[in-house]
Amino acid sequence: MADTVKLKINGIEVEAPKGSTVLEAARLAGIEIPTLCYMKEINAIGSCRVCVVEIKGARTLVAACVFPASEGMEVFTNSGAAVKARKATLELMLSNHRMDCLTCLRSQNCELQKLAKDFGIQEVRFPTDATEPQIEDSSLHLVRDNSKCILCRRCVAVCKQYQSVGVIGPNDRGFATHISCAFDRNLDEVPCVSCGQCITVCPTGALTERDQTEEVWAALADPAKHVVVGAAPSIRVTLGECFDMPVGTNVEGKMASALRHLGFDGVFDVDTAADLTIMEEGTEFIERFTKGGTLPLITSCSPGWIRFCEQYYPEFIPNLSSCKSPQQMFGAMMKTYYAHQKGLAPDDIFVVTIMPCTAKKYENHREHQASAKGLPDVDVALTTRELGRMIARAGIMFKDLPDSEFDPAFGVSTGAGVIFGATGGVMEATLRTVYEVLTGKEAPSPDFDKVRGTDGIKEAAYDIAGKTVRVAVASGLANARKLLESVKSGEKEYDFIEIMGCPGGCVNGGGQPVQPQSVRNFTDLRAVRAKTIYEIDKSMPLRKSHENPVIKKVYDEYLGEPGGHKAHDILHTRYQKRAKYPDVKV
Amino acid sequence: MPNTKTVVPFSATPEQMKALDAVIASHKGQPGATMPVLQEAQEIFGYLPEEVQLKVAEGLGLSLSEIYGVVSFYTQFSLNPKGKKQVAVCMGTACYVKGAGDILERIEKLIGCKAGSVTDDGMFSIDATRCIGACGLAPVILVDGDVYGNLVLDEVDGIIKKYMA
Repeated sequence: MADTVKLKINGIEVEAPKGSTVLEAARLAGIEIPTLCYMKEINAIGSCRVCVVEIKGARTLVAACVFPASEGMEVFTNSGAAVKARKATLELMLSNHRMDCLTCLRSQNCELQKLAKDFGIQEVRFPTDATEPQIEDSSLHLVRDNSKCILCRRCVAVCKQYQSVGVIGPNDRGFATHISCAFDRNLDEVPCVSCGQCITVCPTGALTERDQTEEVWAALADPAKHVVVGAAPSIRVTLGECFDMPVGTNVEGKMASALRHLGFDGVFDVDTAADLTIMEEGTEFIERFTKGGTLPLITSCSPGWIRFCEQYYPEFIPNLSSCKSPQQMFGAMMKTYYAHQKGLAPDDIFVVTIMPCTAKKYENHREHQASAKGLPDVDVALTTRELGRMIARAGIMFKDLPDSEFDPAFGVSTGAGVIFGATGGVMEATLRTVYEVLTGKEAPSPDFDKVRGTDGIKEAAYDIAGKTVRVAVASGLANARKLLESVKSGEKEYDFIEIMGCPGGCVNGGGQPVQPQSVRNFTDLRAVRAKTIYEIDKSMPLRKSHENPVIKKVYDEYLGEPGGHKAHDILHTRYQKRAKYPDVKV
Repeated sequence: MPNTKTVVPFSATPEQMKALDAVIASHKGQPGATMPVLQEAQEIFGYLPEEVQLKVAEGLGLSLSEIYGVVSFYTQFSLNPKGKKQVAVCMGTACYVKGAGDILERIEKLIGCKAGSVTDDGMFSIDATRCIGACGLAPVILVDGDVYGNLVLDEVDGIIKKYMA
């Protein structure tokens, strides 16, 4: 039996793999059929009807995203009937869409806006009742405006399928249908983990991050404030997308220049804090591994994962590393060590971080994240998208910027720090240091690469100093759930587990640039962005955290020993069990 | 149709909770368990408050949002308990053309809650029902089990006030 089918798309013969949809086959013929609700694998529901095409002999128009291509089929993607139906569908969507495009955060990066333009819709025949915003902004990380929601259910799909959280869904029926939480609770009254994956898949401006750029502009304008900024490992491989650069472009140098143009007093690298995390977490692992502490040790860099653990798997809290995340370590070091070095009062320092993540906006409000005089370690966590907007507003010609380096005081980093941006990176970076500490000699290669790649769950075993270290890596909380269940049942045993809340890790975080689904369905953003991360790692002169001269200096001059008393005060935190619905007594 | 969360506090007997546990256990792991479990849960409690929905969700390994999505989709499910005294206004075709809409509106105003819901003190609930088969008496209402037919709008106040005393 042949494993391909031959069909005609707009009269052009195409051979497509068996099992392809009409949408996929058309792409092979160079035709992009518009979609709105369709997400490969996780939301193939054929409900928005924007992808309808005509098929010879078929009784009705069919949804190309779910209709299988078959032998001898003749498809017309742009027939009069198909285009007329799509236009009518778009008009109906626009009829209850609040069209404030000029002031919408997603203007020019909105899939609905693009389709309205592509289909030449200049007038909506149906009167609109969507004139008032329906803002829900109860949570720290996200703002929802259902007056712009088109009910595509992409947010629902990622929340349930990728994250196994499922706190949003369609409520009510018919024209009253709306996406919301159970009992129309606010988002801060349900066990949402703040990952922001829903935002990155929203086709319109219905879901956006809580924009905090004004707080940063205000701090920058305040002469009394010493405003420092630190960029997370993954931002250098994604920020370019905000300026139409190809996915996976390394813009580290341009980013440092842009941050300087914006007027930050210190332009630093959170990679350095990531190296610090390795020192602390590595020490914690060695301690537990050699002295019989609670294993597996589970990483704590991802606040979405931390919140998931506290609400859904509190039994694993003793396994969590007590280390703060690199963002929080960065902020803590700014308000203690850096303040001390500069002779500044901690309250005069305003710490901004650029994060791939919306949960970071939640993390800096958590308990036990204030090491200097009760001041928050981090004042504002911006997403990659917000930084992109600040750069645009400042008129900085990003693509033409010369490269520059981070400020040396907290800007020297290693390959170990940068790979934090991809799933498996924290594990690999830790192993690079743990290997050398436990064996007392250099590893044959710094590439502990069995945990690389975009698989949801990865496992490996390494022989270190005569002992086997069994490790596992999960990204995306549905995968984390699977992994934790296998540990709970006793089916699997590990010594060390890395968990990242978002599928693929930070490169695909909820704060990263939004790519339309037409790109996401056919490009694995996780893989392309991560590839650049590993290229940067490979090109770095230093690739192990313990070789970082800044880290050595920080311990020598300020912190003392990794895992020591002072390090503990500044760089570690605590967790607690949190009920999913504390107000409901069952 | 307002089907919003009730303010009447949820209280259940240990027997009811045991019955719910049994229902969940008997359907657990089956595909399509949600509908039968919710139907049987509603039979036990008379309605589906948040507490019951959360227990069903946890029991079936689903999220509360998924359960609520189903509950809010189907009109057969109620988020509100029935009142101590139940008022049913027939909205069948015959009653409707003879002014049941106005009667319902008057009753809602008098009692202070909407069709499909219950008063805050749990005393009265109102339902707008389908044809109850008494078209000859149209328009017709039931109050606490008593039938009132051939109604004219002005009689409504007197009838309802009798039950408020």
